[in-house]
Amino acid sequence: MTVNDSNHTDVILRLEDIKIEGFSDEKWHPIIRGVDLTLRRGEVMGLVGESGSGKTTLGLASMGFTRAGCRLSAGTVIFDNMDLSAIPVPERRKLWGTRIAYVAQSAAASFNPARRVIDQTIEATLRRGSTNRQTIEQDARVLFASLQLPDPENIGERYPHQVSGGQLQRMMTAMAMSPRPDLIIFDEPTTALDVTTQVEVLIAVRNLVEQHNTAAIYITHDLAVVAQMADLVMVLRYGKEVEQAETRQIIKAPEEDYTKTLWSVRALEKEQVRTEDIVLSIENVDAAYNQTIKVLQDISISIPRGRTVSIVGESGSGKSTVARVITGLLPPSTGRVRFNNDDLPTSTKLRSVDQKKRIQMIYQMADTAMNPKQTVFEIIGRPLEFYHGMRGQQKRERVQELLNMIELEDRFANRFPSELSGGQKQRICIARALAAQPELIICDEVTSALDQIVQEGILRLLLNLQETYNITYLFITHDIAVVKAISDEIVVMYQGSVVEQGMKDDVLSPPHPDYTQLLLESVPEMDPDWLTNLVKNK
Amino acid sequence: MGFVTLVVVSIIIFGVVEFLPGDFSQAILGQSATEETVAAFRKELGLDKPAHTRYFDWIGAMLQGDLGISYSGRGASGSDLSRPVIDLIAPRFWNTIFLAGVAALIAVPLALILGIFAALFRNSIFDRTVNVFSLSAISFPEFFISYLLILLFASIWPIFPSLANVSDDMSLGERLVVTALPIVTLVLITLAHMMRMTRAAIINLMASPYIEMAQLKGVSPTKIIVQHALPNAWAPIVTVIAFNLAYLVVGVVVVEIVFIYPGVGQLMVDAVTTRDIPVVQACALVFASAYILLNLIADIISIVTNPRILHPK
Repeated sequence: MTVNDSNHTDVILRLEDIKIEGFSDEKWHPIIRGVDLTLRRGEVMGLVGESGSGKTTLGLASMGFTRAGCRLSAGTVIFDNMDLSAIPVPERRKLWGTRIAYVAQSAAASFNPARRVIDQTIEATLRRGSTNRQTIEQDARVLFASLQLPDPENIGERYPHQVSGGQLQRMMTAMAMSPRPDLIIFDEPTTALDVTTQVEVLIAVRNLVEQHNTAAIYITHDLAVVAQMADLVMVLRYGKEVEQAETRQIIKAPEEDYTKTLWSVRALEKEQVRTEDIVLSIENVDAAYNQTIKVLQDISISIPRGRTVSIVGESGSGKSTVARVITGLLPPSTGRVRFNNDDLPTSTKLRSVDQKKRIQMIYQMADTAMNPKQTVFEIIGRPLEFYHGMRGQQKRERVQELLNMIELEDRFANRFPSELSGGQKQRICIARALAAQPELIICDEVTSALDQIVQEGILRLLLNLQETYNITYLFITHDIAVVKAISDEIVVMYQGSVVEQGMKDDVLSPPHPDYTQLLLESVPEMDPDWLTNLVKNK
Repeated sequence: MGFVTLVVVSIIIFGVVEFLPGDFSQAILGQSATEETVAAFRKELGLDKPAHTRYFDWIGAMLQGDLGISYSGRGASGSDLSRPVIDLIAPRFWNTIFLAGVAALIAVPLALILGIFAALFRNSIFDRTVNVFSLSAISFPEFFISYLLILLFASIWPIFPSLANVSDDMSLGERLVVTALPIVTLVLITLAHMMRMTRAAIINLMASPYIEMAQLKGVSPTKIIVQHALPNAWAPIVTVIAFNLAYLVVGVVVVEIVFIYPGVGQLMVDAVTTRDIPVVQACALVFASAYILLNLIADIISIVTNPRILHPK
């Protein structure tokens, strides 16, 4: 987006030396350690950083809002010449939702399930009292239409669970825009969406912000997204500014080392290797939930030994169901699963311990995949005992060996999951899968919940393990960058069917079937003109 | 489901009554009666038949709306002044409904309002006072509270009568004055549970992202609770309300005895003393039905207030 020069002097928000502390373990800990920020009318500032960098806290602070258990310990928030940090909360409340609006990461969770969308969309605008309800509702419908929501006249009458996640996210943008605020805080508004939906939301948001000359703070961890949306970018780390510059400048020539490492993650790539030795294959599989809801249609996939096959697709494409079929959690209605050229019983219950041992899984949420009351030693030790009957000294040594394989020190054995970082938790889950000594590991969105730098570490680890122990991966993901980094072969799925499959380079280079084309062109690139060109070419 | 429960309950009631020591014929004829007269009297009442036959006779009649004939009024001499159970229960049933109903009308709204305010000003002096007060109230048995109230408001300050003597010709106002103390007792023993559940259900929702969103839209704290939290909190609250209303109907037994209030509870206790089995069984079944019906209504309400079910995709 180009900066509108006539508005350049018109400062709408100024943060001065903001310091915020959070209360835990009976002490106040710093979260934001002195950040300055200036935003002019019509300008969009991108806030980039890993989780824990304080970007959401800072975004909320620019509304004069701190979450329960946090406090603004120093600094001032000047919004339109008012010191928000000095005026009482009821006064600030008059600005919230009307002059400063907030768009949350998960629209599905941020809409009240018990109220109609339209009522929530216009709730803050109604409070202004200057216009009547009909006019505001009509305006909301116009906003719905400009955000390309289907049936804009009536969609507001629905309840949140009756519309899709992407539609809700757009409706939340309409909610923020309805009172025509001077400033909108976007907090990762597209992170929870599929790439194809994300593009539509990005275009809609950008047009609206441009059209109404709204200032915005755009919080994200996705650099390619921020490149499309922001005029300026601030990189945050540990609650401090690392670097701030105009978008083109910071993308082309980042000054700080930390910024450079953020930028470099997307460069990870791997040479594809063709192998004919098939370890697992599923043939003509149909699957349905409750015998009625058909989710897979005539799926055939073969996975070569010691290689990585990635399944890509949007949510609802059936990619996780493929994993459930392979592990036997959801027996297929027709078709078969073959392992080392033998038929595998379709249900987990009918498989022997040895058959189960050979296929292991790693999940997206490492948090929920581990028992929080068990130590790392118990978590990794369990499959050693169950599959290999190891006990005592032998088990202890093997756990240490496994910890070394995942590049963690021995002392981690005594820790509980709550004492580990997100990346470390995922490493423990990898070690647990390795403990069984499987031939195939199914990785279901294993890096989606992680920051990019941590993601890179996990992907490198998986590649190293593959090289050393000849492990086969089935990688389920929606992230094309991950696919490029780790795959030998790719399977593209859409609505329960395979659209395309083959060697990585073949699938990723044209000509593409329509859906693969749409999927690939929806992945944001670092080029700040990418979105503009995409809109032009459509 | 409710029906199955009711059948199981009827079997339990019948079984328990079977285990009562002694029976009506012995109780009425006295110790001096010869075995022959007792046996003849039992035969007349049908007590000589095996238990399962009597159960099916009873339940069969019950299904046709016939609650049976009370034993009391039958003299040993063969005189028969007995009345149908339905005539005994009906007027008292309305008395009990009146007492429990008025108590509920006060307790439920009061609990909701106090619960909402406690959630709004949580951890404040108000919240703590309400908590301590209501918890103390449920910690005491209801007869203790009854006597305490009689001591305070009938004896030391004689504002209300200590006996809840109602008759048909009383006006509503008179009735309320007479029943004031039992009503207050019932309100006190049911208030705490409902109030604390309302408070907990709302506070539990206050951590939801959509509540934070409402805050960030500048909605005032009171409106957040009433418009955003409460509509999502109905299911747990209604369950506890139903549980307490059911408790009202059952807990009424003790309170009725203390205040000598002519309700079903008192009738039941009297009937147990005289081994008037048909009346005992009918009263027990009335209580059980009320309990099951209220829980059924609660389930229906929690389903109906769920927007996902109310407005399917």
